[in-house]
Amino acid sequence: MVAIMSAEDLEEIARRELQIKQSVKHEINVCIAAGCLSAHSDALKDAFTKEVKKRGLEHECKVRGVGCLGLCAKAPLISTDNGNRLYHGVSPEDVGEIIDSLNSKPVERLQIPLNIPFFSRQTKIVLANSGRIDPERIEDYIAAGGYAALIKALTEMSPTEVISQVTRSGLRGRGGAGYPAGLKWSTVSKAVGTRKFLVCNADEGDPGAFMDRTILASDPHKVLEGMIIAAYAVGASDGFIYVRAEYPLAVTRLKAAIRQAERLGLLGKNIFGTQFSFSIELRLGAGAFVCGEETALIASIEGRRGTPRPRPPYPAESGLWNSPTLINNVETFAHVPRIILEGGDWFARLGTEKSKGTKMFALAGRVNNTGLIEVPMGMSLREIIFNIGGIPEGHRFKAVQTGGPSGGCIPEQNLDIPVDYESLTKLGSIMGSGGMVVMDETSCMVDVAKYFMEFCKSESCGKCVPCRVGTSQMHDILTRITTGAASMEDLTTLEELCDLVRNTSLCGLGQTAPNPILSTLRYFRDEYIAHIERKTCPAGVCKMEQSEKANT
Amino acid sequence: MQTEMSLTPPPPPNDDKRWKLVQARMRRLGFQASALIETLHSVQEAFGYLEKGSLQYVASALRVPLSRVYGVATFYHFFTLGPKGKHVCVVCMGTACYIRGAKNLITDIEQTAKTTQGETSADGKISLLTARCLGSCGLAPNAVFDGEVVGRLTPSQVHKRVEEWLQS
Repeated sequence: MVAIMSAEDLEEIARRELQIKQSVKHEINVCIAAGCLSAHSDALKDAFTKEVKKRGLEHECKVRGVGCLGLCAKAPLISTDNGNRLYHGVSPEDVGEIIDSLNSKPVERLQIPLNIPFFSRQTKIVLANSGRIDPERIEDYIAAGGYAALIKALTEMSPTEVISQVTRSGLRGRGGAGYPAGLKWSTVSKAVGTRKFLVCNADEGDPGAFMDRTILASDPHKVLEGMIIAAYAVGASDGFIYVRAEYPLAVTRLKAAIRQAERLGLLGKNIFGTQFSFSIELRLGAGAFVCGEETALIASIEGRRGTPRPRPPYPAESGLWNSPTLINNVETFAHVPRIILEGGDWFARLGTEKSKGTKMFALAGRVNNTGLIEVPMGMSLREIIFNIGGIPEGHRFKAVQTGGPSGGCIPEQNLDIPVDYESLTKLGSIMGSGGMVVMDETSCMVDVAKYFMEFCKSESCGKCVPCRVGTSQMHDILTRITTGAASMEDLTTLEELCDLVRNTSLCGLGQTAPNPILSTLRYFRDEYIAHIERKTCPAGVCKMEQSEKANT
Repeated sequence: MQTEMSLTPPPPPNDDKRWKLVQARMRRLGFQASALIETLHSVQEAFGYLEKGSLQYVASALRVPLSRVYGVATFYHFFTLGPKGKHVCVVCMGTACYIRGAKNLITDIEQTAKTTQGETSADGKISLLTARCLGSCGLAPNAVFDGEVVGRLTPSQVHKRVEEWLQS
């Protein structure tokens, strides 16, 4: 295929795709994102393909793999009738019945109504194509309007105009810290350097978070397009995607997407015949949580141990190989194409005063509808958890954990706050990358704090003392509390340590490591006291062996 | 990325054909020191783990001190310096899996397979590993049985799988 040189070339591809689409009467879309795959949707897709062939329906019925359909709890999911019929828990035995139903009534026993809050309360920008296009075909992305923003940016806008639209949009970094994207882009563009780099942070390390992996596996080209536009804006020539090796599916789809974009001249030299050239390479992470921190990530791309360094200088001025480097998260880049197409003001109309646009959340834990959602900033936690998620019957909501090991647990009385960066920080948690784990009465909050401290202790890179020693000491104390061997003095020491580690650690890992303890102490102090003074675990999770020993 | 280096690597430790894959990866990255992690990935992909001889070879081919190669190989959890068992079970310990009972799954496997978390059973049959998060939180608890991710696990399902391995 020849390189795309103009908007007309893109339209031509889109037109051809549309023709093919119209030539078949039915599309059967099988979700082939990670969740459904672990419910064997690949075998299901094969079963559909075989049955269609057996019935000789290949010309009117097309079986496609598509990205995430969202509601992982009901995997495997498929959709037909242009996405208007959604089926859940489909097994290969149901294949015949579903094909029979294509021209008549839907199969009611497997159908999920699309008007339930899980779907109707969402606003999809990043996930707009997810579940609608085949993530392994660039043509599908182009037919859905893909790469139009890139051509607009490169042929109609100057780099400064691109940055100004991103600034107007109010887009903030979706990786956790919420730094204004426009400001960061502007710093990199102004930084002095003969060579500039761009890095997409896809090292999604928070346990309980699967936003980035889902975007990469469902709509990889959207991320590439956002990256290319950003590179044009800041003047970067080389890009890297730092992705977890634990996400083989995302890695495979990204590799394929990069190859396809190169083949069409959307990556490489003189894109669209302009002076602008840009290439993207993948770098695999190797299982170190700290590499989500930008200076550690840079060390890792350079082939070294992922240990952070003090900032300043910030990577925007001195990053990869001491050159100016723009680092943004997957979700941040994925927002860019739509912002360029519709304008910054359009994006800024969504969300709250300081947190604009939409945010993806990975809803997991003790809710009925676990899965991936995208909602406008400012929606209340209660709406997300009780209406979109839904608490299982017979259980009582206790807390929601946001922000992973750097975040905190929020109790029921605070659920009415709007979800934005500032409100969550005020509650002692953080927005983080978007993991949202719901807990009910079966979870012990001290045990949860211990779980996260065990995580931070093991993931501390060991470079600075407060984090290396402090997390270990805090974990020891929590272990004593959860085994019934602690005294009230331990609690005082724990609080002192929290303060020390938070204020003296080198990087974000250590600085935020005490958050799970501080937030559970703030809202569930009685549980700590019960463990220490009464030697009982109210949730019945901790075994309290030490206290039993003391009693016998 | 900056320095020019000769493009002929030293000969591999033995004539195992898998070294060709490793060399190809190093060549594509210009035998630069920054290719270290990528190279270790390809060694582990090809051989299953990082042997001492492999580390020495990578050090000489990329011209970095062995201490640095060892430092990197031990810093990152993904790399393993010893062979794994015939069957590998990775239990996800992400937050969602944890609060949905991943700990119980591990206890069960430890008892059935007679091994402990992070170790391989004495007969070399089963390795029990944990993952930070597999990202399939919607279907928690999850585990990977010889590369196959399975969600919504119950202790009895896990027990059955491990028993099958033991009998095989």
